[in-house]
Amino acid sequence: MTSHNPDLETVREQLRNTQGKDYWSSLDQLADTPAFRELLEREFPRGAAELGPDSVSRRTFLKLMGASFALAGVTGCTFTPPEQLAPFVNQPTGRTPGIPNYFATAVTLSGYATGVVVRSNDGRPTKIEGNPLHPASLGSTDIFAQGDILNMYDPDRSQQVLDQGTPSSWDAFVAAVNPLLTGDGANIRILTTTVTSPTLAQQLADLQVRFPQCRWYQYEPINRDNVYEGAQLAFGEDVAVRYDFSQADVVVALDADFLAPGPGFVAYARAFADARRVTAESDKMNRLYVVEATPSTTGATAEHRLPLKASSIASFAQSLAAGLGVGSPASGLPEKATAFLDALLADLRDHQGSSLIIAGDQQPPAVHALAHAMNEVLGNVGQTVIYTEPVVAQPTNQTNDLASLIRDLNSESVDLLVIIGGNPVYDAPGDLLLGDALSRAMTVVHHGLFVNETAAHATWHIPAAHSLEGWSDARAFDGTVSIIQPLIEPLYAGKTPHEILALLLGLPDARPYDMVRNYWQAQRPAADFDRFWHEALVSGVVPDTAAATVTPTPNLGAIAAATIPAPTSGPELVFRPDAGLYDGSYANNGWLMELPRPISQLVWDNAALMSPGTADRLFNLGLGFADGGNPLAVESRQQREINLERITAVNGTVVAIEHNGGRIELPIWLTPGHADDSITVMLGYGRSAAGRVGNGVGVNAYPVRTSNALWFADEVQVRNLNRRYQLVSTQNHWTMEGRDLYRVGVFERFKAEGPKYIANEVYKHEYGKESPGPGTEGYQSLQTNQDDVYDGRNAWGISINLNACIGCNTCVAACQAENNIPIVGKAQVAVGREMHWLRIDRYYTGSDLDNPATYFQPIGCVQCERAPCEVVCPVAATVHDYEGLNNMVYNRCVGTKYCSNNCPFKVRRFNFHQYTDITTASVQLQRNPEVTVRNRGVMEKCSYCIQRISAARINAKKSAVQAGQREYTINDGDIVTACQAACPTQAIVFGDKNDEGSKVYKWKHEGHSYYLLGLLNLKPRTTYLARVRNPNPELEHESSEH
Amino acid sequence: MAQAQPIRTDPQSDPGESYLLQGETFSSMSTKIGDVPLVSPLKTSKGWLVGFSIAFTLLMVYFISIGQLFLRGVGIWGINIPVGWAMDIINFVWWIGIGHAGTLISAILLLLNQGWRNSINRFAEAMTLFAVACAGMYPILHLGRPWLFYWLMPYPNTMGMWPQFRSALAWDVFAISTYASVSLVFWLVGLLPDFATLRDRAQNIWAKRIYGMVALGWRGSARHWHRYEMASLLLAGLSTPLVVSVHSIISLDFAISQVPGWQVTVFPPYFVAGAVFAGFAMVILLMVPVRKWYGFENYITIRHFDVMAKVMLTTGMVVVYGYFMEVWAAVYGGSTYEEYLLYNRMNGPSAWAYWGLLFCNAVAIQPLWFKQVRQSIPALVVISLIVSVGMWLERYVIIVLSLERDFLPSSWAQYNPTFWDWSLYLGSFGLFFTLLLLFIRVMPMINIFEMRMFLYQEQQRMKRKQEHGDHGHETSRGGATAD
Repeated sequence: MTSHNPDLETVREQLRNTQGKDYWSSLDQLADTPAFRELLEREFPRGAAELGPDSVSRRTFLKLMGASFALAGVTGCTFTPPEQLAPFVNQPTGRTPGIPNYFATAVTLSGYATGVVVRSNDGRPTKIEGNPLHPASLGSTDIFAQGDILNMYDPDRSQQVLDQGTPSSWDAFVAAVNPLLTGDGANIRILTTTVTSPTLAQQLADLQVRFPQCRWYQYEPINRDNVYEGAQLAFGEDVAVRYDFSQADVVVALDADFLAPGPGFVAYARAFADARRVTAESDKMNRLYVVEATPSTTGATAEHRLPLKASSIASFAQSLAAGLGVGSPASGLPEKATAFLDALLADLRDHQGSSLIIAGDQQPPAVHALAHAMNEVLGNVGQTVIYTEPVVAQPTNQTNDLASLIRDLNSESVDLLVIIGGNPVYDAPGDLLLGDALSRAMTVVHHGLFVNETAAHATWHIPAAHSLEGWSDARAFDGTVSIIQPLIEPLYAGKTPHEILALLLGLPDARPYDMVRNYWQAQRPAADFDRFWHEALVSGVVPDTAAATVTPTPNLGAIAAATIPAPTSGPELVFRPDAGLYDGSYANNGWLMELPRPISQLVWDNAALMSPGTADRLFNLGLGFADGGNPLAVESRQQREINLERITAVNGTVVAIEHNGGRIELPIWLTPGHADDSITVMLGYGRSAAGRVGNGVGVNAYPVRTSNALWFADEVQVRNLNRRYQLVSTQNHWTMEGRDLYRVGVFERFKAEGPKYIANEVYKHEYGKESPGPGTEGYQSLQTNQDDVYDGRNAWGISINLNACIGCNTCVAACQAENNIPIVGKAQVAVGREMHWLRIDRYYTGSDLDNPATYFQPIGCVQCERAPCEVVCPVAATVHDYEGLNNMVYNRCVGTKYCSNNCPFKVRRFNFHQYTDITTASVQLQRNPEVTVRNRGVMEKCSYCIQRISAARINAKKSAVQAGQREYTINDGDIVTACQAACPTQAIVFGDKNDEGSKVYKWKHEGHSYYLLGLLNLKPRTTYLARVRNPNPELEHESSEH
Repeated sequence: MAQAQPIRTDPQSDPGESYLLQGETFSSMSTKIGDVPLVSPLKTSKGWLVGFSIAFTLLMVYFISIGQLFLRGVGIWGINIPVGWAMDIINFVWWIGIGHAGTLISAILLLLNQGWRNSINRFAEAMTLFAVACAGMYPILHLGRPWLFYWLMPYPNTMGMWPQFRSALAWDVFAISTYASVSLVFWLVGLLPDFATLRDRAQNIWAKRIYGMVALGWRGSARHWHRYEMASLLLAGLSTPLVVSVHSIISLDFAISQVPGWQVTVFPPYFVAGAVFAGFAMVILLMVPVRKWYGFENYITIRHFDVMAKVMLTTGMVVVYGYFMEVWAAVYGGSTYEEYLLYNRMNGPSAWAYWGLLFCNAVAIQPLWFKQVRQSIPALVVISLIVSVGMWLERYVIIVLSLERDFLPSSWAQYNPTFWDWSLYLGSFGLFFTLLLLFIRVMPMINIFEMRMFLYQEQQRMKRKQEHGDHGHETSRGGATAD
C-alpha cells in the first residue's frame, strides 16, 4: 500500500504544475485517489466507514463501535502515522483558514442557467449568491438557486451505482453497457431534460455521428412547448423572445407570470421594478395589466388585474389583437373583460413602441402568435421585444418527444435507454404511461441526483454530480454561457452528464474538466485561450455568447387565420409549477418545502386553489355568493367577520377532481382573486421516492394532466367528499383590519402633490384633521428621519421599497440559507412555530373577494432603537449595541419568550423544540460557520446579518491600519445583507443612515418613507417606502382605493 | 393562669352570629384539634388515605409532565408565536392569586385585630404556602432552558452579569421569593406554641421527640409569649405590604409591556383585588370539606363563611370595576389597537372566555348580597367554584386573547392547549393537595392557642355584654394558656 500512498513528494509533484485557483481543486482531487480513499476507509474495520447516521441499527452500531474502540487503542499507540504528513506552513495563495473564498459558477432551472457566486468556507460550499456580471442574475437569484445548496447536501441523495436496486460500481456499469454500444444505434435512445449546455450538445451531436440511428429526446414537465409552437406559428421558424422592460411603459401579461421563477425571471423582475422606483423627481412610471386565472405575484403587482379562466384568455387575446387590427374579435367575453379590454386598448394605442405584450408559457401557441403579432403591430419589436436565435441546444416539442419515446419503447426496438436527469416516470402526463413502457427496454440507465421514481424503473442507476460538484456549462435565458465549475469533489462519487455521454462515445475515462475545457478550446483556438478560460471562470460568464438578434417577420395573415381555442364552460383545471417544489425536483428540499408559497402562504401541501365564489357554487356551501352575492358587503362588522370565518372554514374540505379517467383527491384552499369556474393545482407533490422531506407530501397531480392539455383542462368533474384535511399556512388572516400598515399612493397625486401626500392622508385618517406639517409633534412619529442620535458612528438601517417588492420570497430563502435557520415541519408550522427570520406578509384589501388588491410586505426584525424586547428580558439576553442594533445573545437567553410577547411585529422566533438537525452530518456541512447554530429553548431573530457587518468592519479596520489612519470607514455597499443580495428587484437596501451619501439615507429621506407602527414610537431601523400605483383612470373606479 | 371554672362558650350560640360554638372549653379544643395529627400512622383515617392517594397520583402526573417538558422542551405545550405565554403563566398567576387570601388573613386581619381570623388563619396560611409552591414552579418550568433559572437572580458570577432590572420578570423573582420566605417564616413561627402542645400531648415517644424538636424548646413562659407576640406583629407588618406588592408586581409583568390588553394602568390594584377574591373562594372551597370531615363546625362556623363571602363580594366588585375600566379605556382611548382588542374579546373566536369571565366574576357573585346565600354552604361552594373558574378565565382573557391578536394581523394565530398543558395544571393540584393533606395529617390545622385565647376573649365579651349591655370589642391579647 505504501507505494500508492500520497506522500509529500507526490503532492509537490502534482501541485507544481497547477497555479492559482486550480490549487484547491487539485488538492481535493488528490484526496480522491483510490489509494487515499482506501487508506481512509480501511483504518477501521470493514463496515465502519460505511456507517451512515441513518441506516444503522443500535446493535450494529455498538458492534462496530466496540471493534473500532478496540482498534483505536491499537492505532492510538502510534503517535504519528507512518506516512509523512505535510504541515500547513506555507499557505496556498488565496486561501486563509477561516476566511471564505468565492467562486463564480452557475445553477440551472429547466436547463436555463443563473450565474451565481458561491461562498466556500474551508472547502465547503455554504451559500449561493447571484453573480452581478451574469445577465440572468445581476447579482440576485431566485429561490431555487438558494435551495440548490441544500440539495447538494441532501442526505437522501443517491450515493452509489445501483444495478437493479443493489449496490454496484461504475466499472461494473461500464462493463455492462459497453456491449450494447454497437451498430448504428437504432436500438439506443437518450432522454434528457432541456439541454442548453454547449458541451453536452456537442457530445450529443458526436453521439449522432457515432450512432446515426440513435435518437435523442428531451422532456420536462414544465416545458416551453407552447412558446416553441407559437414561434413556429408566427414566424415559421423557432426564435427565442426576450423582453426589455426598461423601454416598456405599458406591460400586458396574458397569463404570463414573469415575476415568478423561470427563464429570465431575475433580469425581467429587475428591469420591471426599475421602471417603478418612483421618487419625487420621477415623471414616469410603467403600468402593468395582467389577465390571469391563478392569482400570482405578477397579478398582485399589477395596476389592473382581470381574473379570467385560463381557457378564456385566448379569446381575450384574440379580441385584443382584433382591436389592434389583427384578425376578428372573439365573442362571448364577460362584461368585466370588455371594459378592461377597451381601456387597455386605448392605453396600448397611446404607447406604440413603448408597450409590451407577453403571453404566458401555459397559454396555447395561438396566444403566443397573437402576442408576436400585436407586438409587431404596436411597433414594439426591437424596442421592448427582442428576437434572437434559439437558446436551447435543440428546440423541440417535448411532449411529442416523450410520446415518440414511448412509441419506440412499446415497439420493443430499444435495447438501451439512457435517461439523463429528470424524473419522467413521475412527471410524465397521465396519458403517457412511461413506467410500463420502460419495462420493454432491455436496459434502462437512469442518471440523477436521487434514486427517484424513474430510478426504480431503471436497470442501472448512476448517481449524478450536483452542479456544485462537477464541471459543465450552461446558457442563460439570453444565450450567455457560464462555465459551471465545481466547488467540491462529488460527495458521493456522482457523475456529470458529460461522463455518461463520454461513456456512450467510448471514452469511459474522460474527465468532465477536460471535456468542457476541450470543447471551449475548440471554439476559441486562440493562443490566449488560457487567459480566456481563466477569465471565464473568474467572471462566471463566457463573453460574447449571447444569442444573436434576429428580425423575423410574423405572418400576420396566418396568425389571424389561426384557430383560437374557444372558451370552455364548466369548471376548468389549471396546472402550475409549484412556487416551492417547481416540477417536483425540489420536493426533498426542506427550505423550499417550508417556504410559504406567495399568495396562498401554504406550506407542506398543495391544494385545489379556487375562488370562494366558485367553491360556494360548485358545492352548494351556502356562503352567500350565489347569484352574484357578496357576503362581505354587509353593514355589520360582526356579520362580516362571521361570514369571513364561514368562508375560510371551507379551507381543507377534500374534493375529488376527475379528468380524463384520472382522479385526484385534494383539499380546497380558497384564494380570493382566482378566476371563477377555475381550479388550480400545483404540480410537484405526492412524490413517493423523493426522500425524507418530500415523500407523501401533498397530492400528485400529474395523473390527471394529459399530453393534449398540459396546462389547463376542461371536462373536469369535481365532487365534495365531505372530508377534512389540515392545510397549513403561515398567515391565516386576510385583511389589515383598516390599520396603517401598508401605505399605498397613486402616481398621479404622488407627482402632483409630492410624495408626502401619502403620509398626510394617513394623518388625516388617524387624527381626523389636516396634517400640520413637518416639525410638529404627532407628525414626527409618522416621519422616518427623526430618529435617536447615533452620531459619529455607523447607524445601520434598512429601507424596503414596497413598490419594488413582488413577494417572490427569495429574500426569505436567502435568509434561511445564510443564517442556519432550521425547518420545523408541517406539524410545527401548524401551531405557529415557523422559524423564518424574515417573512413576507400578504394582505388583501377591498371587500371584493373576486379581485382584491394583494399587497406584500417583507418584515424581519426592524431593529427598534427603543426596542420593547430589551426592557422586558430579565437576563439581558437581547441588548443594544453601540451602532443601534438590537442583538440577540443566544448564550444568555433562558427562553422566557417575554421579548416575543412584547414585540409588536412578532418577528422573534423561538426554538420550542430542538429544531436544528444536529445528527445528520451532510446537512451540517452546509451551515454558515459565522452564525451560531441555535439549540432548544432560545429565542432568535433577524440580526441584519451581523456577521457580514462584522466582516466588513474588520476589513475596514485592517485597511485603516494599513493606511495609517486612526478612523475606519465602511463604504456604502460594502455590507450587503443576505436578503438584499438575493432580492431580484433590489427592493431592500441596507446601509448607514448616518452616511448622507448612502442609498439607505436617500431612501429614508424620501417623502413616502414611513415607519411601520410609527405611533408606537419605537424608532425602528427598518423603514418602508410606500407603494405607488399607476392606475389607468378609466379603470380606477373598478379597483378599490385605500 | 389556672381557671377555677373552665371557660365555655354559650351552648345556645347562634351558628350564624357566633365565631365559636356550643360549649367548647380549652381542653376540648386541644383535644379535638391537637389529636388529629397525633393519631398513630397505623390508624390513619381511610378518608385521608383515599384523599392522599388521589393527590399523590396527581403529583406523579405532575412529575411526568415535568419530565416530558425537560426532555422535549416547552414545545410540548400549545404555545407559539405570537402566544408565547399561555397556560404556564395563567396558572402561575392563578395559583399565586389563591395564595393571597392566606396572607391577607394572617397579616392584615391580625393587624386589624379581627379575632375571627383565628380559626382559619393557620389553614389559609398553609394554603398560601402550597399555592405559592405551585405557582413558583411555573416561572421556572416555562423557561426554554429551565436549568438556567438562577440567571434571573443577582449573584456574583464569572460572567459579570446582573439580571436586567428593568424587566418585570426580574422583579417577580424578588416578589415571589420574598413572599414565599416571609409566609413560611410567619407560618412556622405561628406553629411553635402548637408544636409544644403536641409535644406535651403526644403519647408516642417518636412523636414526642419530633414535635419537641420542631417546637424549638417552647415552654410557654411569659418571656416566650412576649417575644412571640412581638415577632408575630413584626412579621404581620412585613407581610402586609406583600399582600399588595406581590400581585401588583405580577400585574406589572403585563402592565409594563405594550401589548394591547396588557398595558393597563389599573392592573396593580385590580390584580390584588382579584387575587384576594380568588383566594377567599379557594379557602371556602377547602374549608367546607375539612370542617365537615374533622368535625370542626364549632370552630369554623357559618359566621366565618358569612364574613368570607362578604370579602369575596367586596373584592369581586373591585374586579368588576376593573373590567369596566378596561372597556372604558378602550372606548375612550381612541387607539385602533385597543378598540380592536375589546371588539375581539366580545366578538372574536375566543369571546366565550370573555363572556364566561364576566358571568363568573360579575354576575355569579351578586347573590352574595343576601345573607341567606352567604350562610348557605352549598350556595357558597357553587359560587366559589364559579369564581375560581372565572379568575382562571380572567387570566386566560388577559394573557391569551391579547397575544392572539395584537398589532400585525399577519401574525395573528390561535392558541390551543395540548394534553401536556392540562396535565401539568392537573399535576400542580397534585402537588398542592399532597402538601395540604400532609399538613393536615401532621400539623394542627387550626391554631390551638389562638383559639383558646379567642375563647377567653369571647367569654369576656359575653360577660361584659350581659353585665353592661355593652358590646365593645375586647382588645387585650392577654395570655390564656392550656389548663
